[in-house]
Amino acid sequence: MRPEDLLRPTPRGLHCPVGDFYIDPVRPVPRAVITHGHSDHARPGHEHVLATRETLDLMAIRYGAAFAGATQAIAYGESVTVGGVRITAHPAGHVLGSAQMALSWRGLTIVASGDYKETFDPTCARFEPVPCDVFISEATFGLPVFRHPPAARETAKLLNSLTVFPDRAHLVGAYSLGKAQRVIALLRAAGHDAPIFLHGALASITAYYEAQGIPLGPVRPATGAAKAELAGAVVIAPPSALTDVWSRRFPDPVAAFASGWMRVRARARQRGIELPLVISDHADWDGLLASITATGCRELWVTHGAEEALVHWAGSIGLRARPLHMVGYGEEEGEDAPAPSPAAPAASEAGEA
Amino acid sequence: MNRFAALLDRLAYESGRNAKIRLMADYFRATPDPERGYALAALTGALSFANAKPGLVRALIMERADPVLFALSYDYVGDLSETVALMWPAPPAHQRPNHSPLLSEIVEALARLPKRDLPAQLAAWLDGLDDTGRWALLKLITGSLRVGASARLAKTAVASLGDLPPDAVELVWPGLAAPYEELFAWVEGRAERPETGDPVPFRPVMLAHALEAGDMAALDPAHFSAEWKWDGIRVQVVAGRAADGARVVRLYSRTGEDISPAFPDLVEALDFSGALDGELLVRRDERVQSFNVLQQRLNRKSVTPRMLRDFPAHVRAYDLLVDEGEDLRERPFAERRTRLEAMVVRLAAAHGAASRLDLSPLVPFGTWEELAAARADPAAAGAGEDAEAVEGVMLKRCDSFYLPGRPKGPWWKWKRDPHTVDAVLMYAQRGHGKRSSYYSDYTFGVWSAGPDGDVLVPVGKAYFGFTDEELKAIDKFVRANTVNRFGPVREVLHDAEAGLVLEVAFEGLARSTRHRSGVAMRFPRIARLRWDKPPREADRLETLEALIREA
Ligand SMILES: [Zn+2]
Repeated sequence: MRPEDLLRPTPRGLHCPVGDFYIDPVRPVPRAVITHGHSDHARPGHEHVLATRETLDLMAIRYGAAFAGATQAIAYGESVTVGGVRITAHPAGHVLGSAQMALSWRGLTIVASGDYKETFDPTCARFEPVPCDVFISEATFGLPVFRHPPAARETAKLLNSLTVFPDRAHLVGAYSLGKAQRVIALLRAAGHDAPIFLHGALASITAYYEAQGIPLGPVRPATGAAKAELAGAVVIAPPSALTDVWSRRFPDPVAAFASGWMRVRARARQRGIELPLVISDHADWDGLLASITATGCRELWVTHGAEEALVHWAGSIGLRARPLHMVGYGEEEGEDAPAPSPAAPAASEAGEA
Repeated sequence: MNRFAALLDRLAYESGRNAKIRLMADYFRATPDPERGYALAALTGALSFANAKPGLVRALIMERADPVLFALSYDYVGDLSETVALMWPAPPAHQRPNHSPLLSEIVEALARLPKRDLPAQLAAWLDGLDDTGRWALLKLITGSLRVGASARLAKTAVASLGDLPPDAVELVWPGLAAPYEELFAWVEGRAERPETGDPVPFRPVMLAHALEAGDMAALDPAHFSAEWKWDGIRVQVVAGRAADGARVVRLYSRTGEDISPAFPDLVEALDFSGALDGELLVRRDERVQSFNVLQQRLNRKSVTPRMLRDFPAHVRAYDLLVDEGEDLRERPFAERRTRLEAMVVRLAAAHGAASRLDLSPLVPFGTWEELAAARADPAAAGAGEDAEAVEGVMLKRCDSFYLPGRPKGPWWKWKRDPHTVDAVLMYAQRGHGKRSSYYSDYTFGVWSAGPDGDVLVPVGKAYFGFTDEELKAIDKFVRANTVNRFGPVREVLHDAEAGLVLEVAFEGLARSTRHRSGVAMRFPRIARLRWDKPPREADRLETLEALIREA
C-alpha cells in the first residue's frame, strides 16, 4: 500500500479517494475537510464541510451563514470516520481554530498540517507534533534566511517607536484573521493598555476572538476617531489599506507591517513600509525542521512555498520528500503579492542615468 | 553594535527629515561614549573601512551552510551581506559569546588586527550579534554601508541634544575626530566649545536653492547681486600657517573632502591667508574651458607634468569667508565681496598675469528682465569668451550672511533653461514613506515608429517636480485609468487619443544601451501636466535623438 492510495494531490486540492473528500479544496466539492479559516484554505460553496467549531464560525462570519450545504464540527483530539478513514483534529498553532488533520486507514497515518507554527501564541492552541508516516508541510518560509526573531522583540520595536514619535499614528498592516488579534495580544502582554484602533474590516473577527475568551483590551473603530486620539496610537488595518486612500486620514502616519516577509529588506521596501515587524503565523526555517523531525515521519510532502529548499534539506538527512506543487495557497486575504512584472525593467531602469 | 544597527535599519526605511533627526537624537541620548561617537563617525562617513572582501564573507558562510541552501537563499534575498546576516547559524550554546560586541570595540580592534586573524575575529563577532547587527557589520566591513541620512542631518541631530542651532555642530566639526567625546560634552553642557587645532580647517559651505518661475515675483531685484554660475567644481581654498610657521594651503570639495593632492599647481600658486569660496576651472589660452575639458583632468588618477601643462587649474573666486584670520561669515555679502575684491587686486599686483586666481565678475542688472537677457546671452553680457563655461546666474542677497547648508531665501541659482519634452504617462509606481498611498513614480514614453505603426517607448522615470495638488490629480488619474497591475506598479491607459501628457524637464541626454529607447535622461522631473494635450501630440523619439546629436 502506498500513501498515495490514501491521499493524492489534484487540481482541486488534496483528495482522499477512500473517503472521497478533499482537504482545503480550492474549488467547490461535495465533501471538504478544512484546516483553518484563511481564505486560501477555507473557500465557500462546498456541500459538506468538516472543520473545528471556530473555523466554521469564522467561515460564517466571512461568507455568511449559508457558506456550505451542511457543516460538522470536530474538536481537538476528537475523531470522525468518513468512508472508513479516521480523521483526527490536532492543534496547528496557526490561528484560532486551526487544525492539523490526521488521516488513519489500515495502519497508515498521514497528517495534513495546513499552515502551522510551533511557537507560543496567546490567541490559539499550541501546535502538537503528531506521530505519523507521512507529514504534509507548508514551506511558506522554507529558506534558512527566515528565522523569525522573538515576537516580543518586534513588539518592543513598535512600542519604542511610539515613544520616539508620540505625535504620529502607527499604522500596522496585519492580516484580518489571526495576525491582527495576535498583534493586539502581544501589545497587551508588553503592557500597552491604551485603546487600539481597528480598520472596519477587522471588527467582526476581533469581536469573535474576544467572545471566545481571548482578552484584547480596549479596541475602537478607527473610522470616526478624532485626529488627536490617533496621534501616538496603534491602528491596525488589513495590509492593502496601508497604501489605500483610507490611510490618508491619519496624522503623519508611520507605516508598519507585521509579517514574516518583513525579514527581507527588499520586501519591506517594495511595500513602502517604514517599520517592518517580523511577526509571523507560519513556522520559520528552524520551526519547520524541528516540527517535521518531531513527527518522526518517514516521508515528507511539501505543499506550497519554498518547496525546493525544504525537499533538499530532507534529502540531506535521508528523509524521503516530494514537492506537491499545490496551486492556490499562500496568498492569504487576496493580498496583491508582488508578481514578476513585465513593466518592472522599464519602470526601474528608465531614468536612472 | 546591535543598537546602532537597529538605528541604521530604521533610518533606511524612514523618509521624513525630522523623523530621522529624532531617531538619531534618541540614539545619541541613550548611548554612552565612546560608542555613540563611533556611531556618529559611521553616520557622517568619517568612519569607513573595507577590510573584508565579499569573497571572505562568502567563505565564512560556506563553512557553516549547505551550498544549495545558500544559493537558494542568496537568489531570493539578492544581497550578500543581508543573506549571510539572516542565515548565519546560531553557534552551539557552549561556544556562544557572553557579550555582544560594541561598535567601538570593533573599530578599535580592526585598527590593530593582523589581516590573517580577520576571518576568525569576524566570525566571532557575527556569533555575538543579532541579525540586524550582523547585517550592519557586514555592510560596514565590506565598505558597502549606505546610511539613510546625510552627514549634515546627523550633525543636526547632535546639535538638537543641547538645543543648539542646527549649524552649531557643523561649525566646530572640522578638526574633530571620532569618538567626538569633547563634542558631546559641549552639546550636553558639560564642557567648553571645542577648538580646532587645524590651521586650515574646512568651513561648511553655503548652497543655493534653484529659482523657480514663481519665486521671482516675490523677490526685489534691488536686494540682490548677481554673478555667473560657472560649470566647474565648487571649491573652498584655505591658506594659512602651521604652528611651526610653515605655509599650508588646502583645497576642499563642497562636502569637505581634501582634494589638494590632485592640484599641486594650485597649492603652489595660491598665496594668501584666509578662506575663500570659488570655482575650480581649467583656464588656458586666456579663456575658461568647458566642463568637458576640466573633466579630462579630473578623470586622471595621477598628476603628470604634462597634465599640469595641458590642463592648468584655476580658481575663480566669489566669496571670502576668512581674511587674514578674521572670520567674515557673519558679515553681509556686500562687505565680504568688497574684501574679496581688495584681496584679489593685492594678489594680482603681486603675481600679474601668471596668477591662478581671479575674481568672478558681477553681472550688472536693474530688473529681472535685464538679468534674464544676460542669462540668455552671457557672452554679450560680460562673460565674453568664457561664456561657454557659464551655466546660469547666481543671485545673492546683498545682506546675506554666509550660512552653512541650503537656507531658503538668501541665495538662488537660476540655471539656463533646461530641455523639455512632452511625454505620455505609461506606468506609475507607489511611492515610499509619506507617499506610499500615492502613485508618485512615473515612467513616461515618447512615440517611435514600430512595425505596426507608432508605439510609445519609455524614455525615463520621474518622481518629483509636481506640486501636492498635481500629485493628487495624477494619483486619481492613475487609479481611474489602470489597465494592468504588476505588484506595486500600475500600467495606465496610454494610446493616441486617451492618456496623460506630462511636460518633462531634464538637464541633458545621453545614449544608453540599458534603455530600450536607447536614450537616458539626466535629472528628469515633471514640469507641467498637459491635460489639454492629446497623447498623439506628444513628442517623438527622433526629437530626443536630434538633441543628442546637437550636444
Ligand atoms: Zn493560513
